Amino acid sequence: MTLFDYLIVGAVLFGLSLAGILINRKNVITLLMCLELMLLAVNMNFIAFSHFLGDLTGQVFVFFILTVAAAESAIGLAILVVLFRNRNTINVDDLNELKG
Amino acid sequence: MLIQHALFYIFAALAIGSGLCMIFARNPVHSALFLVAAFVSAAVLWILLEAEFLGLALIFVYVGAVMTLFLFVVMMLDTKSIPRREGFVRYLPIALLVVALLVLTMLIVVAPQHFYMTSISPPIHGEDYSNTKALGDVLYTDYAYAFELAAVLLLVAIVAAISLGFRGRKRNTKAQRPQDQISVRREDRIRLVKMTAENRLKNL
Repeated sequence: MTLFDYLIVGAVLFGLSLAGILINRKNVITLLMCLELMLLAVNMNFIAFSHFLGDLTGQVFVFFILTVAAAESAIGLAILVVLFRNRNTINVDDLNELKG
Repeated sequence: MLIQHALFYIFAALAIGSGLCMIFARNPVHSALFLVAAFVSAAVLWILLEAEFLGLALIFVYVGAVMTLFLFVVMMLDTKSIPRREGFVRYLPIALLVVALLVLTMLIVVAPQHFYMTSISPPIHGEDYSNTKALGDVLYTDYAYAFELAAVLLLVAIVAAISLGFRGRKRNTKAQRPQDQISVRREDRIRLVKMTAENRLKNL
């Protein structure tokens, strides 16, 4: 397999997650899941380059991206739970209290 | 070599197919399960790229922890209240256009002629090569400070998630109050009494 094949998979996954963000914009949970898929696509590129260049730095970077993504999703879901407790909805359109 | 090609195509197709199913699934629980499938297929692709540690970490951390968290939250929230398909048809053409443009641009950019290393075969490691050991070697030396920062970041995430989700103690339950325990003084607990010694023999 060449580098190009892996980069195509990464690009397609990234595009899919962007499409998911665009068409599922009512639901915060699905938005968060699409973000996770997007990070996965980015990591795929890092690991492919790391393998084909023989440089481990890419894998170290992926390691830190995984850490940050785990922290992000934990805090995001906690915020979501608090939001649902206070407002009884997670529809993005209903969360417009700060609108002037 | 042939089996590697076959594995790559099978699991790349699985990853992309589960990604598609994820963004089109009506039920968020189904979305989460399709995302798990995408993660597992991506982990297989990473292991094909000799990134065994990260592939397994992806399964352990994501499938084992993060997606479980997602499933718990999805089941905790009332997802019936969400009009899931509202605006779906309206945004679908724009989404398809944007995605087609994006993927096309990326395919042009990552075309093989732009990278000299596509003609170079990746380094071939011996049988005693351990990806985990090699990664640990750089992680604990060159990136030691970044590694510790990542640990602090995870700690901050734990504290933030707990403090966001904590609703205070329930009423009428018994619990320790650490601030009272710490601030206690000797005088509150012990009282020294001065008295004359008693003569027991006289009472008998």
